[in-house]
Order: sequence, then C-alpha cells, then structure tokens
Amino acid sequence: MSNKILSVRGLSRIHGEQCPLCISSTGPEHDTNMCSHCGSVVAAHDVNFDLYRGEILGIIGESGSGKSSTVKMLYFDDMPTAGSATFYDGDVQHDMFALNAAQQRSMRNKRFGMVYQNPHLGLNFQISAGGNIAERLLMSDLRHYVEIRTRAGDLLARTEVSRARMDQNPKTFSGGMQQRVQIAKALATQPPLLFLDEVTTGLDLSVQAAILDLILEIQHELGTAMIVVTHDLGVIRLLAGRTLVMKHGRVIESGLTDQILEDPQHAYTQRLVASAL
Amino acid sequence: MNAHYELPLEDAGYSFGFLDEYAKKEVRRCILKAISIPGYQTPYASREMPMGRGFGTGGLQLTLSLIGEDDTLKVIDQGSDDSVNAVNLRQFVQLTCPGVDVTEKTQEATLIQSRHRIPEKMLTEEQILVLQVPYPDALVVVEPSEARRKVMHGEADYSRLLVKLYEDVVRFDEITISHRYPTRINGHYVIDPSPIPRWDVPRLHQSPALVLLGAGREKKIYAVPPYTVAEPLVFDDIAFRVEDFRDANGQRIACRCCGSTVSFLDELIDDAGNITHQCSDSTYCEEQQETISARKRA
Ligand SMILES: Nc1ncnc2c1ncn2[C@@H]1O[C@H](COP(=O)(O)OP(=O)(O)OP(=O)(O)O)[C@@H](O)[C@H]1O
Ligand SMILES: [Mg+2]
Ligand SMILES: [Zn+2]
Ligand SMILES: [Zn+2]
Repeated sequence: MSNKILSVRGLSRIHGEQCPLCISSTGPEHDTNMCSHCGSVVAAHDVNFDLYRGEILGIIGESGSGKSSTVKMLYFDDMPTAGSATFYDGDVQHDMFALNAAQQRSMRNKRFGMVYQNPHLGLNFQISAGGNIAERLLMSDLRHYVEIRTRAGDLLARTEVSRARMDQNPKTFSGGMQQRVQIAKALATQPPLLFLDEVTTGLDLSVQAAILDLILEIQHELGTAMIVVTHDLGVIRLLAGRTLVMKHGRVIESGLTDQILEDPQHAYTQRLVASAL
Repeated sequence: MNAHYELPLEDAGYSFGFLDEYAKKEVRRCILKAISIPGYQTPYASREMPMGRGFGTGGLQLTLSLIGEDDTLKVIDQGSDDSVNAVNLRQFVQLTCPGVDVTEKTQEATLIQSRHRIPEKMLTEEQILVLQVPYPDALVVVEPSEARRKVMHGEADYSRLLVKLYEDVVRFDEITISHRYPTRINGHYVIDPSPIPRWDVPRLHQSPALVLLGAGREKKIYAVPPYTVAEPLVFDDIAFRVEDFRDANGQRIACRCCGSTVSFLDELIDDAGNITHQCSDSTYCEEQQETISARKRA
C-alpha cells in the first residue's frame, strides 16, 4: 500500500461562460484571473499535487489567487470544470469527481473534515456546540445517545473547550473557541484528511499560536493529513512540510517549505518571502 | 373498490364522488405509486374542493377517489365522530356518493377518514385508513428549501432531524415531540405521520390496514402499506415512549366515562375547574360503556 492519500491532476475551476482564450489570457503573466475576452474568472487552473498520509501541505497566495477554490472542490463544496482527484482510502481508490452525490456526501462526512475561516460556514449556530459535533457523528450512523455525548465531550476537551460549555450555543463563544469547536467537529469521525482554510485569520496572536499548536498536536497524535490554506507565511513555516504558491489561479511554485522560504524561485515568491522577513 | 366507473352525472351536475373520473383516476395512480414507494411523498394535482384547504381536502380527495357504492365510511376528527369537521365531511360524502353507507363503528367501516387519531380498535386487512395531513414533510423543521429536502429524502439523510432529537434530550432529558413524530417507513423515507399523538405511532408499524396520508394544500400523498416497518426516529439507548397518563402517584389514569386504563385520553376541565380525563376515541368509549352496562344487566 502506497503512502499516498490524495492525488490531484489538472484541477480547474472557471466561473462564467468560458471561451477558447480564457486560459491563454489569464494567469500571473497577464496579472489577472479574468478573461479579457469573455469575462470568465479562472479561479484555479491546472492544479497538480500529491499528498501523503500524515503530511501537511500548505497553499499560500494573495487574496483571490484560488486557494479556497482548490480546497472547496476537494471537499465537494464546488465542482471543478476540469481535472481529477483520487482519494486513497486504505486499499480503495476513489475517483472523487466520478462519485455520485450520495457517495460524495458520505466521503465528505466520514472521511474528510473541513475548518473554515468563517465559523458560520462550519457550525450551525442554531444548536449547541455538542449538537454540532453530534450532527457529524449522527451522519456517520452512530445512534447511541450516551456514546455520542461522551465522544462529543471528549472531542471538545481535546480541543480545549470546557465540557461545561458543551450544551451552550457557539454564538456565545469567542472566535478562538468557535474555531476549536469547528476543529472538534471536523475531527469527530477521525478522518484521515482535513482541510483548513485560513483558520487563524482574524484571531489574536496568542490565540492563533494556541490553535496552530493544537493543529500540530493533532497531526502528531492522529497522523491526520492536512491541506492548510493561508496567506500568512508564518503559518506555512510552522505547519507545512511542503507548500504550493498560487497566484491568479495558477500554482507558480511548489516544493519543500524550507526550500521555498530559503531559495524562492519565482519572482513573486521572492517578494512574498522578502516582505515577510 | 370502485366497481362503477362511468356513472351518469347527477342532477346537481357532478358525478359520483364529486370529482370527475379523470381526477379520481389520477389520484388512484398516485396512491399506487405511494404504496409502491412506502413513505415517499408522491405529488398529485390537488383539486379545488368546495371547502377550504386545511379542512381535510387532502384526505377527502383520497376518500372520494377510493369510495364505491359498497363501501362503509367512518369519519373522525380528533377521535370523535361528532365534531363539526367530521360531520361536515361525512355529510359531503353522503351527498356526493349516493348508496354509500356511513357508520361510527370502527369494525363496520371499510374506509376510515381521520384527523389526529387512529381508532383504538385494531384495524384489519379489509380496511383502509385515510389520514388528513397539514404538513407532509418531516424535514421542514430543519430545512426550508424543498429542493434540498428532496435530496435529503432521496439519500435518506435524516441526521439533522436526529440532531434535533439530541438537543431535545440534552435540554429536557427526553424527546418532547408530542405529535407528528418523525417515523421511518420501510427503512428509508421518514414521514410526518400527520398530527397523530405518539400513542398512535406504534400502531402504524406492521398495520394490517393500508394507511394513506393526504395533504391537500401541499399536494402530496404518501402511504404506509400493510405489514410495513414503521419506526419512530430514536437513539439506540433511548427508547421511544408513548404518553403514559399517570397521575402524581404513578397510577394510570382511567377514563371518567368508561373506566378504561388502556386508551389514549383527552384532558378536560369540568365546570368546577377540575382536570378530568376521557377517552379521545368516542366510539371506543361508548362501546366500553355498553359492555360494562351489559355485564351489569347480566
Ligand atoms: N462563485 C464564484 N463566482 C465567480 N467568481 C468566483 C466565485 N467564487 C470565487 N470566485 C473568484 O475566484 C477567484 C479565486 O477565489 P478564491 O476564493 O479561491 O480565492 P482565495 O485565494 O481563497 O482568496 P482569499 O485569500 O481572499 O480567501 C477570485 O477572483 C474570486 O472572486
Ligand atoms: Mg479563501
Ligand atoms: Zn474567456
Ligand atoms: Zn372511555
């Protein structure tokens, strides 16, 4: 069995009508992701990478570069206009975009986890923190109330949300706590693959540091593979072993994070690294 | 049931059963589909009836489409044959379906149209129960978009309903839904079993009688076919409980009229302001009283 967990090839997402010139008239060299001929937005084009078990891959780039678009497609929040992705689940290979809606839903609920920048996307604010986690357990067919409660409490404790707050509505929680509940929810089904989209953006520095620590601990404890989207080089430096740099919908550089930080090849990456020093 | 299709129009200008034969056929086709896919909400072309939607027009259209001259009909509302609604519906059927017999006795009826209750007396294979439904979709409480609800039903994705039950138990230590308890039919579709109390839910399970549910306003028909699995949504470790009607001392309350301790009771407040209890199924109660007085006479 290979150690690969995910293989992404030619992944693309174009918003709009599309014309034959969409690709040749967009990208970093044209300094835009919008086709000047038809107005379509090339949110991501020809994204390729492999991800291995327990590995953290970083995706960095400026606003609008296509980071979230890439992750959303892999979590089935959005469908690609071209490309493929293979998920290696134990001995079984899944051609992800060839699955039917129910199969995709099941994969998303049971085998993947997602943490969004905006907790409103990841949490249901009509119900308690524990209920949010219960929902994922119920989706994976657990029907035992006491067990659901115990596991939800354990997950919240693991992400350092006090059990005493389990039955409260996450509306009343701080931003950092909401992210912890999101992480607990994402981990509920012990997925081998986790997507994290700007999970620390907008939080206090000390809160950011604690959440990043938690993410690293989870990776060590559970061996969860992760794709971490950020525009913060510090997050990449701390978490990601390998990194993709995106600009205007294209991957312009990829490789080991250390090498990218020490010896960036693309002029854009060089500026990015220089400005962060 | 419908041996006579093409009956001549009555003087009043409408055919037997008020609906024209084409409309009845369409409803029957939808009934067959509903039976074939237990619990699935089959859309149908709900007709305008000479009474407001919400007054049982969904159930009535089922009844009128199924009824024939050799049928005997019972109509109940909240367990009673004598409530205004039940009387109106029964009179409408008598007026538009000459030759049809009506009855209050559960065992005499071939067709029973009901709102809010299933008769206490066990129904048989020879009987059809038509329930009037105001809100056919159990998912409406967790998902406002009908398109998304359809996908959820198709994938049998009821986790969000279960979360609601979870939150209920967290807050109240028990599931507090009293009516319209979400019930899974034949292992797939979850239905809103009309506003019947929890008491009646277990009686849908493996019912010998065909149960048809009609929502006139929402234009949906669904069915619990005879001898079909009907399971209330619950957790493995929290049993589904029906109303237990116990007083402060844990004693099962008895009906004030017939003394029954095994029927579903309505709570009433008498003239003196005291709370009393009485069978909600009025026919059942009367029969119990008759049995008692017959025994006394003997
Ligand atoms: N539904 C949509 N319709 C049209 N354009 C879209 C849509 N979704 C995203 N885009 C565009 O696709 C491009 C990439 O967006 P994406 O959200 O992937 O960027 P990002 O790298 O995550 O940026 P940020 O750092 O701001 O989150 C942007 O130009 C965005 O406006
Ligand atoms: Mg983004
Ligand atoms: Zn174009
Ligand atoms: Zn009684």
